[in-house]
Amino acid sequence: MLSRTAANLFWMARYLERSETTARLLDLGFRNALLPNTGGGFRNEWSAILQSKGTFQQFTDKYGELKQRNVESFLFFDLENPSSVAACIRAARENARIVRTALTSQVWDAINVSFQELKALQRRERSSLEVPELTDWSLRTAALIRGAIETTQLRNDGYRFMNLGYAVERSDNTARLLDVKYYVLLPSVAYVGSGLDNYQWTTLLRALSAHRAYNWAYGGELSAKQIAHFLILNPKFPRSLLSCCIEVNAHLDHLARIYDRSTPAQETARKLLGELAEAKMDDIFDEGLHEFLSRMIFDNAALGQAIHDQYLTGEAR
Amino acid sequence: MADPFFNEMYGEGGLRPPYQRLEGWYQNMPSEFRALKQAEAEDLFRRYGITFAVYGEGGDPDRLIPFDMFPRVFSAEEWRRLERGIKQRARALNAFLSDVYDRGEIIRAGRIPADLVYRNEAYEIAVAGFRPPLGVFSHIVGIDLVRTGADQFYVLEDNCRTPSGVSYMLENREVMMRMFPHLFQENRVAPVDNYARLLKRTLASVAPAKCDRDPNIVILTPGHFNSAYYEHSFLADLMGVELVEGQDLFVEGDFCWMRTTEGPRKVDVIYRRIDDAFLDPLCFRPDSTLGVPGLMNVYRSGGVTICSAPGAGVADDKAIYTYVPEMVRFYLGEAPILENVPTWHCAKADDYKYVQEHLAELVVKEVHGSGGYGMLVGPKADKATIEAFAAKLAENPSNYIAQPTLALSTCPTFVEEGIAPRHVDLRPYCLVGRDIELVPGGLTRVALTEGSLVVNSSQGGGVKDTWVIAEE
Repeated sequence: MLSRTAANLFWMARYLERSETTARLLDLGFRNALLPNTGGGFRNEWSAILQSKGTFQQFTDKYGELKQRNVESFLFFDLENPSSVAACIRAARENARIVRTALTSQVWDAINVSFQELKALQRRERSSLEVPELTDWSLRTAALIRGAIETTQLRNDGYRFMNLGYAVERSDNTARLLDVKYYVLLPSVAYVGSGLDNYQWTTLLRALSAHRAYNWAYGGELSAKQIAHFLILNPKFPRSLLSCCIEVNAHLDHLARIYDRSTPAQETARKLLGELAEAKMDDIFDEGLHEFLSRMIFDNAALGQAIHDQYLTGEAR
Repeated sequence: MADPFFNEMYGEGGLRPPYQRLEGWYQNMPSEFRALKQAEAEDLFRRYGITFAVYGEGGDPDRLIPFDMFPRVFSAEEWRRLERGIKQRARALNAFLSDVYDRGEIIRAGRIPADLVYRNEAYEIAVAGFRPPLGVFSHIVGIDLVRTGADQFYVLEDNCRTPSGVSYMLENREVMMRMFPHLFQENRVAPVDNYARLLKRTLASVAPAKCDRDPNIVILTPGHFNSAYYEHSFLADLMGVELVEGQDLFVEGDFCWMRTTEGPRKVDVIYRRIDDAFLDPLCFRPDSTLGVPGLMNVYRSGGVTICSAPGAGVADDKAIYTYVPEMVRFYLGEAPILENVPTWHCAKADDYKYVQEHLAELVVKEVHGSGGYGMLVGPKADKATIEAFAAKLAENPSNYIAQPTLALSTCPTFVEEGIAPRHVDLRPYCLVGRDIELVPGGLTRVALTEGSLVVNSSQGGGVKDTWVIAEE
């Protein structure tokens, strides 16, 4: 497969996953804003959400004050915000368009239709659009595309690159979401275990569509340690860092089989998997959750780079 | 007053046989149903992603070429004659190309002026003396035809480089079959869907002698910002070959390679959809980033085949066009089956004088222009436009040719008020490799504006499905 094609597939998937995460963040912010009696907390939460995407500065430069409507527009529609839902869907569609030949018509159809629907949303009166409609649409679209990929794509190298894109991006996103909640969101340590704290945890789980799953897995009691375990080390939760890492390893192994050779990208992925598989929550908290997550985001980026160097340049022999 | 234009459905004494079974179809079609079908067609095209960007117009880059649902139909007999004429012309054009890059017999024989060939901008000195595999230069020949009567066809121009539009031929059929399956049960329409297979076979047949396995064929595109990108990816998909950009290829040793996830892989045949000038910055335009540095060296040493061959453009130049019937007689020893439109070359003093005096009756085109840009349609232009054009013409006469305004045939077309005749042309795609192949059909372009004779999609033209009724 052409390296450029593989790169387009990889990035198409990353953008799709990213658009989904932005929609989930928007949902998270929206639900948090419904919480009564948070006083100054309201402003803080939107800014925390913007900070998690590294776009806080860009937002204030453009819109000034943190008004909810503006944040909504910024996160969903603003094409100048590279991680807005609209920008990500557009970028995913552009990547897909370039590699039409590597996609089944169902996958292309799903992506293209979502792009057309997005354009219809953009044309609608902004005041007629509530956040739940936008986030529901985003999640449904993401599921539709993912479903088309799973049910129709050949299990060839292209399929592996798409899934690598999904898994690498998802791991990054989960780490960031968790970091927002833990490190940025709570006004001070004094609030740990408070009603506000719990509400935020619940909201985070809801935004990850993991609220019920968590209840089943951990018996319903909310604790920072258990939720962090769920999102980092639980191999059953598909968005946990461990799950994503297992996924990356599996797809890289498939590639090694298809191409009949193992590469440095495999080594990098195995090392990360080794660490996550052995990790204990106590050690993570000893290191500091924020420090641990920052390191994970960095290692995950290095893994993405290793995949790029090995497969997406066409220069590795 | 009798209709001065030949109506392909109702011309010369009533309903013509190839259209027989379509009369009831459109007459019984309720207008709401028609609107529904038209919307369905548009939706299908948009879903397939068939869009067309018009250079310099801005606006929606995902614009659709308007599709008219009324098919354009040829009888088997009409097609047989066209097919012979088209193949004959494609053979003659290739014979000409292989001659002018070799001994130039036709010039030595005094049949074509040497200057017209050797001083032509499209003549590539870089490939003089090089014979591509099987001596084929133009592997896909698009011949633009117009009709003026029941038996009267004219060749408007030849396209020997990289004629576009074949994806519309294929998709128009696909959409028609999906929307009106019963029409295909009632009419025995010859299929066109083996085009991609034939194209791949044609490209494989011209693989370089150095290639000793199944040739690795690629399509070279300028990229996804190109207006015909959809077509490039569509063809790559149908043939099951890689669609590459210049950045995906590189030259090492005597071969051309592509960058893959498994490392470099050798390329044998390149169906390029970029112009000669951009192929190789070391040989042609040094500022080209679309091409592959060193490609021409590999080509000339037989490491890779480029389709169409660099230099093929000299055969479809509008100034050379006049001599194509001469080529048929000279190389094939046959009488030309398809006629040329009479043409005045403004480079010649007599012709120039005539053209200046008759601007209001003529169509004047730039010798190297394409896409309907920079041309004058005399009878449709107002006085000011003609005067402005006359001035432009006087500045550089040799840049222009002129032809009479042809009474282009019409085909029934769906319009706002129902059905009305609109002018059409035809571009069939002839494949030249070890064999010469022509699928029964082509791209019919239609001028959707009432009375307009300009069918170019860049000038608001649309497309139709083109049928050839299979023999009983």
